[in-house]
Amino acid sequence: MTTSLALLAGSVSLVGVGAYLMLERSLTRVLIGLVILSNGVNLGFIVASGDPGDPPLLGEYAALDIADPLPQAMVLTAIVITLGTVSFVLAMAYRSWQLDGHDDVQDDVEDAAIRRLAAADEASDAFDLTVTASPDDADDEVSEEEGSDGRPVPDLEESPHEPSPAPRVSRETPVLDEQEDRP
Amino acid sequence: MRTELLVPFPVLLPLLGAGLALCLSRRPRAQRAVTVAVLLAVVAIAGVLTTLVDDNGPLVIWIGAWEPPLGITLVADRVSVLMLLVSAVVALAVLVYSIGQGMTGDEMETPVSIYHPTFLVLVAGVANAFLAGDLFNLFVSFEMLLFASYVLLTLGGTESRIRAGTIYVVVNILSSMLFLIGLAVTYAATGTVNLAQLSLRLQELPDGTALMIQLLLLVTFAIKAAVFPLSFWLPDSYPTAPAPVTAVFAGLLTKVGVYAILRLQTLLFPGSPLTDLLLWVALATMLIGILGAVAQSDIKRMLSFTLVSHIGYMIFGIGLATHAGYSGAVFYVAHHITIQTALFLVLGLVERRAGSTSLVKLGGLARLAPLLAVMFFIPAMNLAGIPPLSGFIGKVGLLGAGIEEGTPLAYAVVAAGTVTSLLTLYAVAKTWNLAFWRTPEQAHEMAVAMAELDQTRSGMVGEQSLMRHRGHVHAGNQLVDEATLREARAALQEEGSDEDLHELLEQRKLETRLPASMVGSTAALVLVTVLFTVIAGPLYGYTDRAGDNLQHSEVYVDAVLPEELR
Repeated sequence: MTTSLALLAGSVSLVGVGAYLMLERSLTRVLIGLVILSNGVNLGFIVASGDPGDPPLLGEYAALDIADPLPQAMVLTAIVITLGTVSFVLAMAYRSWQLDGHDDVQDDVEDAAIRRLAAADEASDAFDLTVTASPDDADDEVSEEEGSDGRPVPDLEESPHEPSPAPRVSRETPVLDEQEDRP
Repeated sequence: MRTELLVPFPVLLPLLGAGLALCLSRRPRAQRAVTVAVLLAVVAIAGVLTTLVDDNGPLVIWIGAWEPPLGITLVADRVSVLMLLVSAVVALAVLVYSIGQGMTGDEMETPVSIYHPTFLVLVAGVANAFLAGDLFNLFVSFEMLLFASYVLLTLGGTESRIRAGTIYVVVNILSSMLFLIGLAVTYAATGTVNLAQLSLRLQELPDGTALMIQLLLLVTFAIKAAVFPLSFWLPDSYPTAPAPVTAVFAGLLTKVGVYAILRLQTLLFPGSPLTDLLLWVALATMLIGILGAVAQSDIKRMLSFTLVSHIGYMIFGIGLATHAGYSGAVFYVAHHITIQTALFLVLGLVERRAGSTSLVKLGGLARLAPLLAVMFFIPAMNLAGIPPLSGFIGKVGLLGAGIEEGTPLAYAVVAAGTVTSLLTLYAVAKTWNLAFWRTPEQAHEMAVAMAELDQTRSGMVGEQSLMRHRGHVHAGNQLVDEATLREARAALQEEGSDEDLHELLEQRKLETRLPASMVGSTAALVLVTVLFTVIAGPLYGYTDRAGDNLQHSEVYVDAVLPEELR
């Protein structure tokens, strides 16, 4: 079996363009992508089905010269199914436009709610830590930070002049700010 | 009598019934009668087919009297008739339920007249998928049931349903396109789409080509079956539909995908190199699905995630590729169809009785509606796999098959299956505690405390109740930016300010009587799930024989193809 390169390239580029369009948010573009993609796939089906030949009519042409009718029947079925799908998506895009004034695919409401809940949760935990943390804990954290900064560990004599309060403030400031911010 | 003449009727009757019901759209009573009669007939035929096939072997019919292997074949073997019977029973229960609901959605403008015909088309599509003897017929039946499901999912065309429907439709269109490409490649490589012939010819293909065909078809069916990582569309799209629609989708549609994977792995590619991949995928599906379920605060979404998670068990059985694995998978599919549908039907009743399915708002349902509580509790425990219910039997069968296999990967999946079972128990127990056990006042206080906590951001009482509501403790100290925080506060306030069950009860806004046919059909389905436990012995014997048939694909091939074509 020989394959027509032009048909194959056409099929591949149609599938590529269609797949790209289906990644869009607007339902109309998805629809156009669907149409192009399905045309590409159907063309590919024809290419895959074998050599071209005479029309497959019984008694009119020699049985060995006719094209394989089975894939043609299948592609025809697929075309009809795509037609139905396209009309349904079109109706859905129109309904979406009626309701919202656009046909963009929206984020899922519950997903967004869970994301926000998680954010609230983290905020409440941060709040919890800063309020209940004892001064000792805060000192520990500061000394840890100093260690990680690679500064020399201060002597006991030098400790009054240490800039240790500074990191403590800088660490807690954003949280405290949030607290000030409350209504 | 030629018994194989019965085989097309589960497809034909619903299609003819759909046409008749459409003609009767102005006479709702007659329409309902037609639909119920058709589904009753399908149940009866499926029952007869089950006994016939179990006694006499597969039944095959070549539609349109084309000479084999040219025409379309319908094949009824043990697996397909069992699926057919279970799905017909479930469909009948759901239909009776939706008649009791009065209309098919909550909205007055829902066009009731198209619900029944569409439902029948869905049933015809599902039946055709189970009986299809060639790959293209399988494609057509997928399209039939998908089209019906598009219409049912977007029934009434409200904003949330259109949003959910968009995701569902686009994902499924994409998988249909993949299926079509797979068909084209298969036909180009083998020159046939008949499953029995493919089973013979695919063995002769070079390994690379066969692998490509298998991967294409596997991805297609995995999207339908909602197997991780192709499962994300499901929890987004199912919960917004009307309760009976969600129930029938959850029960039937994903299982059609599982059935297709089962056929693909046993008939077309026996001894394929991809079984390890399937086991990995089963492991991920179980764990990630159930972790999603644990995080949800709405029962419908929680159940959608458990649905995804438990698909993993069936894929596990298929991936093992042993007799015990297939048998366990078939048993689990039959068990899970009924259990998941029953749970979603109960949720529809809960929503009607208590006005919501959100765990933040519900409380005290066990006292308010004891029958509902019992009907939720039994399938929920069954889902989690508490002995002696059928979920336990199915899981033990699958895990036992995994241990029998004995490879490290099989052991890993067995461990994951156990963890998933425990986490399922945790998720349903949490639901039970919050929605059914605590009083509505407690629920109200918690919701108010959450809202207050958020406004004042002080007061440890609120803090504690917030912790308890989520059911787990956090130890992170990550800081969040101000915009996210504001958004989160708004969300919490919104949630707290909605009317919850306590307020609704005080205002006496709820209807206290539920329609008898809704409760009756749900109770009947719950009884069927219990019945699965009672008849588990004979049923497991049946699935054992079915698994045996699956493992020996020559049974199928010999039944379908005449001598000279084998």
